[in-house]
Amino acid sequence: MKKRNVFIIILIIASIISVMLGAQDFSLKKALVIGSADNQLLIYSRIPRLLAVLVTGAGLSISGKIMQTMTGNRFVSPTTAGTMEWCKFGILLSILFFGGQSMMMKMMFAFIIALLGSLLFVQLLQRIPLKSPVMVPLIGLMLGNVVSSLTAYVAFQYDLVQNISSWLQGNFSLVVKGRYELLYLGIPFVILAYLYAKKFTIAGMGESFAKNLGLNYKFITIVGFVIVAFLASIITVSVGSIAFLGLIIPNIISIYFGDDLKHTLFDTALLGGIFLLFCDILSRIIVYPYEVSVSVIVSVLGGAIFLFLLFQKNKEGGTV
Amino acid sequence: MIKTRGLSKVYGNKKVVDDISITLPKNKLIAFVGSNGAGKSTLLSLIGRTLDRSSGDCYIDEKEVKDWNSRELAKRLSILSQTNHLNIRLTVHELVQFGRFPYSQGRLTKEDEKKVSEAISYMGMDALKDRYLDELSGGQRQMAYIAMLLAQDTEYVFLDEPLNNLDMKHSVQIMKILTKMVKELGKTVMVVIHDINFVSCYADYIIAMKDGEIVANGPSDEVMKPQMLEKVFGMEIKVEQFGGNNICLYYT
Amino acid sequence: MRVKSLSKEKRSILILILIVAILTSLFLFLGLTGKNINYFFPRRLRKVLAVFLASYCVGYSSVSFQTITNNKILTPSIIGLDSLYLFLQTIIVFFFGNAGVSKLTGLPNYLLSIGLMVLCSFFLFFGMFKGNSKNLYFMVLAGTIFGGLFSGLASFMQVLMDPNEFSLVQGKMFASFNQMNTDLLSISIVIVAVIAFLARRDFSKLNALGLGQAQAISLGVPYRRTVFRTLMYIAILTAVSTALVGPITFLGILVVSIARNLVSTYRHEIRVPIAVLLGALALLGGLLFVERILHHSTQISVVINFIGGCYFIYLVLKEGKS
Repeated sequence: MKKRNVFIIILIIASIISVMLGAQDFSLKKALVIGSADNQLLIYSRIPRLLAVLVTGAGLSISGKIMQTMTGNRFVSPTTAGTMEWCKFGILLSILFFGGQSMMMKMMFAFIIALLGSLLFVQLLQRIPLKSPVMVPLIGLMLGNVVSSLTAYVAFQYDLVQNISSWLQGNFSLVVKGRYELLYLGIPFVILAYLYAKKFTIAGMGESFAKNLGLNYKFITIVGFVIVAFLASIITVSVGSIAFLGLIIPNIISIYFGDDLKHTLFDTALLGGIFLLFCDILSRIIVYPYEVSVSVIVSVLGGAIFLFLLFQKNKEGGTV
Repeated sequence: MIKTRGLSKVYGNKKVVDDISITLPKNKLIAFVGSNGAGKSTLLSLIGRTLDRSSGDCYIDEKEVKDWNSRELAKRLSILSQTNHLNIRLTVHELVQFGRFPYSQGRLTKEDEKKVSEAISYMGMDALKDRYLDELSGGQRQMAYIAMLLAQDTEYVFLDEPLNNLDMKHSVQIMKILTKMVKELGKTVMVVIHDINFVSCYADYIIAMKDGEIVANGPSDEVMKPQMLEKVFGMEIKVEQFGGNNICLYYT
Repeated sequence: MRVKSLSKEKRSILILILIVAILTSLFLFLGLTGKNINYFFPRRLRKVLAVFLASYCVGYSSVSFQTITNNKILTPSIIGLDSLYLFLQTIIVFFFGNAGVSKLTGLPNYLLSIGLMVLCSFFLFFGMFKGNSKNLYFMVLAGTIFGGLFSGLASFMQVLMDPNEFSLVQGKMFASFNQMNTDLLSISIVIVAVIAFLARRDFSKLNALGLGQAQAISLGVPYRRTVFRTLMYIAILTAVSTALVGPITFLGILVVSIARNLVSTYRHEIRVPIAVLLGALALLGGLLFVERILHHSTQISVVINFIGGCYFIYLVLKEGKS
């Protein structure tokens, strides 16, 4: 409980910093006066950005954690299992058929394609004999690779390459009121994840183990991947994809809090939000007043922290 | 002759092998016994130079292991490690050919080929010569590895739990061959074995370990005594004579 | 070593050589006329040479890397070595670029990058192989993160750079199949030839390493020295191939897996040539496909990733059935 309180305090401080930060002069005192320019800035730009960052961070971390729990593999995440690639392919299809206007349409396509992709991934996993821990993510990476080359090819044919590269890297600088509300749709799915947490943990111990406890293994797997695909698709559509977040956060949580999803889901979401917020703040101040892509900060900072933990753990002689 | 002085292996704060000084007799079947984690396999790997020691010295034929040329040492001492999972597909014959590596570096002479066939025949594996290792049973695979050691033709042969996961028939077969290697070929064979009765029936000399230290060492008959065994394993073990062998009873 | 299996292996090699020869001549001579021969031929020849060099680099590195790490899945590019090279190049331009950009883009940059590459991979491997990190899981995880970390750092430094300066060097530094860096061809040929000569002498030791670390030591292979030497060769060759044709992440895993599927032998004398030939086949075939059939409507990496990925998944599934 103690660590969690620390997390919450850090989150609040980081949120205030995030809201204060920006190219335009801004004072928190003035912003509280309704109708003032600062107030407008707060409502239309700063708060939406803060919320988008938090929901993205939490959503990707939770997705990663669910996938890792269910596959029993610490290496699986929305990026390493190709979920993000499927989302991009879905968005491409939506643009091809319905134009690039409707966010809702893009989201639907991304969701359906990502879900199909995830189910294909699970099907493939069941067909490989030796589920060596490295093989699982490798198949995910390969599958994602195939899909992304397909996306690249189609996009090139229809002159949509520019369009694609904008989803390649996550970007919060374009988030304003009216452009991020889709992310709220993720909240019921996060609650669903919480309700199913215990079952995901059991499913992760294997099909026969789950059946032995009287659980409907197939149904739980599908629920899990529906949640993951949905969170991934709303995030990709609203802010783009951010690699590694879904891999790093759950692993850090697992090192310090263990693997029972029911107990760690909230911490995972919290840490994901804090971490992404921190990266976002950094990305805004590091070459102030310009912004660095937040994905870059995530992969550098997250990568460094994660490697440090990994090597520490390895030195102690524990298994990763 | 193999001699160690203050040999230690430390992982973090844990001393897995703690300051061991010992001289091993020649031309004997020497068994290392002890509970899980007593440090038997580690000691074997340290002497067999597949694991780096933390401190101490180790001499093979009066020469420090570190001063040996690795190729020359491979003609004196061979070791079979416990895990033998292979990522490559090999036939029995190809595996045994590797035993000649120290002599020919992969370019086999007629003489080498002769030694390889002899080793395969010695193990009675002629019929399985061209089969792939992954098509064999665990016992047959272990026999193939021992054939490789035979082809390597070293005076000292180390085996780390060669009976692991084997059925009774293969276990007895392997122990008999190891005995033969000592008696007929004049080798010194050192094995880690968990089954105390196999040790009792086949080993000439026993080194018993506990918590990284040697607690007993001497000819089999001297070590196979209830007080000794209780000290080593921390449980009551009865020793009965049966057909000229000491048999340990510890099931109840 | 067995006569019967050798002939089958030799046959595979011969067939591959034949296919590569056909592809090479198609690539060189297709559409060549008396008028354009002076323009096209030397350019195509340089491209073919670059492809061959890259194939050797990728083929040798991937096969030997899998042997020394004792796994079937990792390749140098999967653990991020080519990202490391790109990162090092960016650093060089970042720190030394201001004074004389032109001076540090050609040969000096190349040699400096290779030197740094050897140094960095030494520390990287040292960290990864230390302790009880026989743990493959740990290595893949660390490697992938390293890859992301390096490319993240590279793009971060690029952001910090003056955009003009960056775009000036970008074309020269970051090669791709559309833009092979043929200026470095002659020095690369020398480097690869030397390494190939040295590496060949270690093939028999690598064969023994296939039995695992302990067994190889027992057979008298100087384990540490051999592994270290091989890793240095891999670092240099990865630098060469990345400099010439840019990163080709999945080619390595593709050629090793197919090579293993084609002939099941532990012998590097066979495995390396087959992987190299397969690499040349994939690259030349890919280039021809993209240039002649798709009329440059996509990049070769897209084609290789697509076909390679599908084939890899097929291989895994096939292995599951048997």
